[in-house]
This record gives sequence, structure tokens and C-alpha cells, in this order.
Amino acid sequence: MKYISEFYDKRIAAGLSGAIKKIAPARELNFMDVCGTHTMSIAREGIKDLLPANINLISGPGCPVCVTPDEDIDRVIGISGQKNTTIVTFGDMLKVPGTRSSLEKERGKGADVRIVISPLDALEICAKNSNRKIVFFAVGFETTSPGIAAAVAEAARRKIKNLFVYSSCKLIPPAMEALLKNRKVKIDGFICPGHVSTIIGSSAYEFIPREFGIPCVIAGFEPLDILQSVYMLLKQIREKRKKVEIQYKRCVAEEGNPVARKILSKVFRPSDAVWRGLGKIPRSGLVLRKEYKKFDAGSRAFPPRSISGRDLALPLRRVGRLVAKGAPNNEAKASNPKCRCGDVLCGIITPDKCGMFGGKCTPESPVGPCMVSSEGTCAAAFKYRHTSNVIRRTF
Amino acid sequence: MCLGIPVRIKKIMGEKALAESDGIQKEINLVFVPEAREGDYVLLHAGFAIQVINEEEAMKTLKILREIAEAEK
Amino acid sequence: MERILLGHGAGGKLMHNLIKEMFVKAFGNPALNRLDDGAVIRMSSGERIACSTDSYVVDPVFFRGGDIGRLSVCGTVNDLSMCGARPLFITLALIIEEGFPVSDLERISLSAAKTAAEAGVKVVTGDLKVVPKGKVDKIFTNTSGIGTVKKGVDVSGSNAGPGDSVILSGFMGDHEIAVLSGRAGFDLSVKIKSDCQPLNKIVQKILCLPEAVRCLRDPTRGGLATTLNEICVSSNAGMEIDEALVPVRSAVRSACGMLGFDPFYLANEGKFAAIVKEKYAGRILRIIRAEKEGRDAAVIGRVVNTHRGEVILRTRSGGRRILGMLAGEQLPRIC
Repeated sequence: MKYISEFYDKRIAAGLSGAIKKIAPARELNFMDVCGTHTMSIAREGIKDLLPANINLISGPGCPVCVTPDEDIDRVIGISGQKNTTIVTFGDMLKVPGTRSSLEKERGKGADVRIVISPLDALEICAKNSNRKIVFFAVGFETTSPGIAAAVAEAARRKIKNLFVYSSCKLIPPAMEALLKNRKVKIDGFICPGHVSTIIGSSAYEFIPREFGIPCVIAGFEPLDILQSVYMLLKQIREKRKKVEIQYKRCVAEEGNPVARKILSKVFRPSDAVWRGLGKIPRSGLVLRKEYKKFDAGSRAFPPRSISGRDLALPLRRVGRLVAKGAPNNEAKASNPKCRCGDVLCGIITPDKCGMFGGKCTPESPVGPCMVSSEGTCAAAFKYRHTSNVIRRTF
Repeated sequence: MCLGIPVRIKKIMGEKALAESDGIQKEINLVFVPEAREGDYVLLHAGFAIQVINEEEAMKTLKILREIAEAEK
Repeated sequence: MERILLGHGAGGKLMHNLIKEMFVKAFGNPALNRLDDGAVIRMSSGERIACSTDSYVVDPVFFRGGDIGRLSVCGTVNDLSMCGARPLFITLALIIEEGFPVSDLERISLSAAKTAAEAGVKVVTGDLKVVPKGKVDKIFTNTSGIGTVKKGVDVSGSNAGPGDSVILSGFMGDHEIAVLSGRAGFDLSVKIKSDCQPLNKIVQKILCLPEAVRCLRDPTRGGLATTLNEICVSSNAGMEIDEALVPVRSAVRSACGMLGFDPFYLANEGKFAAIVKEKYAGRILRIIRAEKEGRDAAVIGRVVNTHRGEVILRTRSGGRRILGMLAGEQLPRIC
């Protein structure tokens, strides 16, 4: 495959591995990725095998599925129970547990839940089901949200009346800032998300070396991209430079994609959002602008029904107050007090340090979203785990 | 986030295009890459082309990678 | 767990757990407990017979390279072959939705007959039910089959031993991609055909060396990764597989990239993995490659006595990691 196969050449990988070992300092270094696809690539390719033992690749809150709080999932489940309502979402969201259930389980009970690969597919479903409310559960970072914006803009142009969007879209740089400010984990370098960066460019990360003195490299997703990015971070550290560099130059321009950003900001505006594990982060989420309010499924038009007798219909005023108070990890406590997804998402612990990892919490019976999401840190660790007696290091 | 794969634009039809990769064809949306031309490779994510792939930069990156690897021999 | 999920039918861990906890618990007996693709039973005459059953719910009913009729015959013929048996007789039961076109039914029936003739088996009995519209999705089928196992043949998922070679008969993922591309919402135009074909003749050829062949499995639902894990668990052995040696067409890789799927977990309907004693690996590979069903066969790894019950993959870039079993259903993803 062009632009893919060239970037997993074994011999070049071995060469990069050697070069990394040569310039790595003796002390422990933590490089954090904030992209679930990076987490998965690193795990799937066994990249850690090619690095010296003192270089730790840790995962941050890069999985938009994992950072979606219980309350959003609960509300969408509530909406799924309404008459003539279809929930449309990405496959990634199907199995994620809310407080009591998941969209997969609700589908098993008869809810109409459909998977799409593109937000534009939701428009086709609207056209074919004009008597139903089609509610798109929008989850994603800056790579995906422009496409959702384009779909909403197209719906407005075509005067589609039955499309609604429940936005859980989020922005990555504010989360990186929140992580750095809470200082709970030592971060020596960021492996920045390659595809988010095709949209936002490199200047969005400039505050990291400038205010926190931490080097950043915007990385692609193939094994050689990740290895080269680690090499570039180590070079910066050795040469005492702190800047934002682009490794993924074939896809990322410094200015990003202004056309995509324009369409995004035409339809959405930033607002405060609650992240599982990080609590409320100012201006880190996206809500529909008032010109597009008629598409908004987060509004009063959709009160959630109660599930199992317990009334989840939090009046919007109360939700607003919770968000304003910055309910950190309230949602984790509401589900299972032993769930440590919040700490895993911040890189505070590795999955194997959670008491439930591999025991009570496995991909077949996940407790928290880090295990259930296709690119969650715990799912990657479990699926691609090394057995310690075969390979020198566990996850 | 996020899965994106390089595909080649075979035919442009307004805002849409027919793209292909190793014999697999798919219709994609080009609203974010108005500068894309037939024959270009673009990065496909969730039905949209989000960037035109810079062939020259790809070659440069590969060259650097090969040099680093050669230096290790 | 209150309700059955689609994941329970996906061939992965959820399904395995359900089978063990509900069905093995209810029906357990030595033949069933081996959980091979079919059961091999020794009759009082001393002869061994194999029997197997499978149901087919494929959507769409007609796809590139096959249809539910062909699939129904191949599925059971292949399950029997994977027990080391020579398939002889097949049953065919149909559950048809009211309103299903008669011309489609005829097409399916003729396809099943053609496939049975190709495999050299006879459809000897069957059943037909029609249910009201909406109670099944167009047509569901079930086939069961009986075959005989030659003396000296001992093929089972629990036979793999350290040092054995793992041979794969050809390209992974063709069937599932061919079927998916025919479904609404996937919108992929692909020239990939399903690999659906009977494997009994090629299997009979390699069973001419019965002492060489320890285990045969066809990687259907759950894909190659699930199949190899099943063997490791049954045999209490480990495996080391080299990703670079596993044949996957570039078109299938591209389709996976577009949909967010992983070729290791895609269903196949005309391929098999053979665990063979190392000293025979070269010969067996030559025999397989001489047949049209096995042109692209390759040795992809070996059985080891470390990390028992697990498959370790040497990745394309030279790293190593575990190749796990499919958990629930494989869903398209964008992340």
C-alpha cells in the first residue's frame, strides 16, 4: 500500500532502534501520546520491543471514546428509548458502558442503533426514514469534527428536518494543557497526534515547549513514523532544544487545514466540557452554534427517559451546575468505585496497575471505557500484552 | 484518533470523488481539499479527504529514515 | 449478562465462553468436549465416523464468488475435512421468509447442487420451513454431514506439539471483505471474490501422509487469530507466528484500512491451517501448493512450549506482541 508499506520496513526499523539506543540518555524518560490510534499502533507493532528499557511510552487521554463521560452515554441511551428515534454513531461507541447499560445492550433490547463509517451516512438514513428522529452521537477530536460540521452544514442546505446531533466532540490541546497543569505524571516529551494535526497544524502545540519546556513531535502512525518521532524527541532532549517539530510532514503542514477549520467553526463553537479522568476543562468541547440549534439533541427537546426505575432525567439546569463545579471523576464513581479509567487516561498508572485489569475487567466483560474502546489504553494493553517470561518487559 | 488511510483520486465529480487503493474503490468527499486533483493521493478519514499527501515530503522522510538506518550498519 | 448480543455469534471469546458455560455444561461428553469443528466417534465396528453441523445466515445471500447455497455445502464439507474425515453425506435444511423470490431459491438450490457435485458428496435428506415475513432475514440454512475417518488419521485441535510447523493454505480475509462490500453502508467497490470452496480433496491429499498431520482448522468466524488461539488452548502449547509470512492481498489490507478492520480477525470459507510435524513440513507444503486451492500456501510459524495457550506475533516492523482471540464482534471503527 502506497505511503504505508514503505513505513514499516523491518531493516529501517532495526536501524532506527539502534540509533535511538545510541542517543538515549541513561535516565528514565516518559513520552506521552495523546491519540488512541498511536496507542494502538505502538501496541500492535510491538514498538516497545525496539526501544531501550528506560524509554517509557505512556498513553494520555487520546481516545475520544474513553473520555466521554458516563452522563453523555446515559443521556443518549435515554434518547434511544424515545418513540421513532434512531441513534446513529461510529462503531467505536457501541460497546462503551454508561452507568447501567451500553448502546449495544440497548440494541439487544430493541433500540434502533445503527453504525456508520462517515457522518454523511447519517444524512442518507435521514432521507430514507423521514418519519424518524435520527440522532447522531458525535464523538471525536479535531480530525473528525470537521466532517460532522460538514454533514450538519449539508443538512441545513438540504433543509433536512429529522437530523439531530448530540455532540461529545472535544479538542485535544486544552486537555494536554490540563494534564501538564495537574502535574500528576512526569512527561518528558509529547508524541503529538498526526491526524488531529493535519487539521490544527503545529502552532496549536507551541504553548507546550514555551510554557512547560517540553519538546513535541507530531507523529505519523506507521512503525517508522513512531520510531523516528521518538528519535526526534531524544535529539531535542540531547541538544537541549524545546520546540514543536513535525515528523509526519507528508500529511501535516504547519498551518494545518484552514478550509476544514473554517467549516468547523462555522457550525461549532468551543465550550467547557467534562472529560472522564480530567474533570471539567474550559473550552475543550464543541457545541453547535445558535444558527444550528435546531439540530441540537443536547437541548430540552430530548429529555432522557428513566432506566430501570431510576430517573436519569437530570434537568439541564442541574447538568449545567455539575459541569460548572467541575465534577472531576464523579462519573467514574457513579459507575464502579474500583474503576481507575480516570487515572489510566492521565497516564498516572499503567493498565496493569488497576486491580481489575485482566480479572474483573476484560474486553469481553469490560467495566470501564478504557477496556471497551477499540483503542482504549487498557484494551491495547490486554489485546497486545506481552507475557513477561517471553519478552523482557510487560506493558 | 484516528484511522486515516492514503487513497488515490481516480475521478472527481464536484465535491465528491471516486478514490481507490489497491483495487478497492470508494466514493469520498473532497470539501476539505478543494485543491486536490485527479491522480493526487489524499488522507481519507470517516468518508472525507482531510489532506492532500505531499509526495515530495514523503520521499524526503524516507530518505532521512534510510540514512539513519544506514548510519547504524 | 441478560441478553444475547451479536458478539455471542462472532466466533470469538464471548461465543466460546457461552458454549462452555451453557452448552458443554448441559451436554458435555468426550466427543463434544474436544470442541473441534466436528465430532469423531468410534463405532462398535471399530470404524470411526465424523459428524458436523453448521447454520448459515449470510447477508447478502448472493455475493461475489458465492452464495448461501454454496456456502452451506462448503461449510459442512470443510468442517468434516478438518476432523480428518472424508465427507460423504450432507443434509440441507432451509428456513425461508415469506415473499422470498422463487427464482432466487432455485439459484441457491442449483448452486448447492453444483458445489456438492464438485465436492463429491450427496445431499441425502433435508427440511423446508416457511415463516411469516420478518421472522427470518430472507433465508437461513443448516447443513449437517457425515464422513469416515481412515485408519491412522488422528487430527484434532489438541494434538499440536512443540516444534510443529504452522502452514496456512492461502490468502486471509477474501470472504469477509467480499461479503461486506455487498452490504449497504460499506459502499466499497471491490473486485475481491469470496474464497468459498470445498477443501476435502486437498485435505485427502495431505492425509496420504497421516503421520504428518496433527491438526487442521479452517479460520471461519473469528479469523486466523481466533483459530490459532483455540489450537493453543486445546493443545496447551504456544505459537510463534511471523506477520510478514501471513498472506493477505493488498486490496484486503486497503479495505481493512478503510473500514477499520484487522485481517487477522476476518472470516474465510476456503482456507485452512495445518499443524504438521516439522520434518514433513516441506513435503506437505509442496502437496498443498500443487493444488489450486493451495497455490499461495506458506509456512507462517511454529508451535512452541513456552507461553502456553498464547500466540506471539513477530510484527512487520520486527517487534513482538500477543495475537489474541477476537473478543466480541469486530466493528467498523474510525478511531
